Amino acid sequence: MDLGDGVPGPKVNNTEMIMKIFLTFIKIGLFTFGGGYAMIPIIENICVEKNKWITHDEMMDVTVIAESTPGPIAINCATYVGYKQKGIWGAVAATLGVVLPSFIIIFLISIFLDDFLEITWVANAFKGIRIAVGILILDAGIRMFVKMKKKVIPCIILACSFVLMMLINIFAWNFSSIFLILIAAVFSLVIFLIQGAPSGKGGKK
Amino acid sequence: MIYLELFVGFLIVGLFSFGGAYAAIPLIRDVVLFFGWANEDVMTNMIAVSESTPGPLMVNLATYVGSSQAGVLGGLTATFAVVLPAFLIILLIMIVLKKILANKYFQAILGGLKPCVTGIIIAMGCHMVLQNSIMPVFQQPSDFLAPVIAMILSVLFFGSKIVWKKKMSPIVLILISAVLGVIAF
Repeated sequence: MDLGDGVPGPKVNNTEMIMKIFLTFIKIGLFTFGGGYAMIPIIENICVEKNKWITHDEMMDVTVIAESTPGPIAINCATYVGYKQKGIWGAVAATLGVVLPSFIIIFLISIFLDDFLEITWVANAFKGIRIAVGILILDAGIRMFVKMKKKVIPCIILACSFVLMMLINIFAWNFSSIFLILIAAVFSLVIFLIQGAPSGKGGKK
Repeated sequence: MIYLELFVGFLIVGLFSFGGAYAAIPLIRDVVLFFGWANEDVMTNMIAVSESTPGPLMVNLATYVGSSQAGVLGGLTATFAVVLPAFLIILLIMIVLKKILANKYFQAILGGLKPCVTGIIIAMGCHMVLQNSIMPVFQQPSDFLAPVIAMILSVLFFGSKIVWKKKMSPIVLILISAVLGVIAF
């Protein structure tokens, strides 16, 4: 009796489970418009409430980790949930699943859009859309500013990077924003080291 | 070689984009302009398409730039490259570096990264609004419709936030802007 359900059971479950993770994340990738932040509530709904793959606390952890690490937030979340459930293969399945729908859709669009843009009214529509994109990006930046803790040093860093980036854009300087990010990281670390450890404790939430 | 360029370019994007999709846009723009894959207008069109289709913005943009440069393989290369750092870093954190997030030096670095990225994004937004809605006025022949559209869109977008306490979805804003564009130009 023990042999009967002991050996084949988990094996079948493994593949099935990985398949389920894959399909679930395809669904998540297909139905979230508006990027990673829009995905977080949906991942929470499906992975925490419906399937109980991770707990609410773990979901909070993922969000913090996703915000503190580079890369698309959706990928961070997918990798985390997949790994929690089924190790490396779970992580691969979830990540592939969340990427697949966008890849196929965008690939198809990229084939047709250039011809599509030759049509006058489509080109005009995109002239309008370009204005909207600017507003959306500005809004995203403002929202990040509102959420930020308003302390002196972060505000100085923000102001400097804003001014420098504006100058880089206006004069088309050949200076990548990557260097700004690196400079800010080093600057912040140096300030921290000068101020010493106590501020580190005080700085945490 | 285009595949290598795409791989390196988007690996850099995946590695340095702290703070989600909007933080990646200035980076992707830098990389795309640096390698000469597209000009600024084409780039903005790509951003608009990526915003209006499902999925992570960064993945959409990588696929778009990659496949427009070098077909399916190009798309695959760019997408793989942009996803790889996030994937590996999460695994690394979960398997070996469970404590790194609480590390004070790591937190100090993050404390500098976040405001810097915020400043870059705001500058990027200002630049795009200037370029697409204010600059046309000074061009020959001057175009006064663009700033009017920008005004209407801003009032609708930020107004909806105040009136209904709910943000208008980016897709709705993009659709409205497309309709206004067709009517006006």
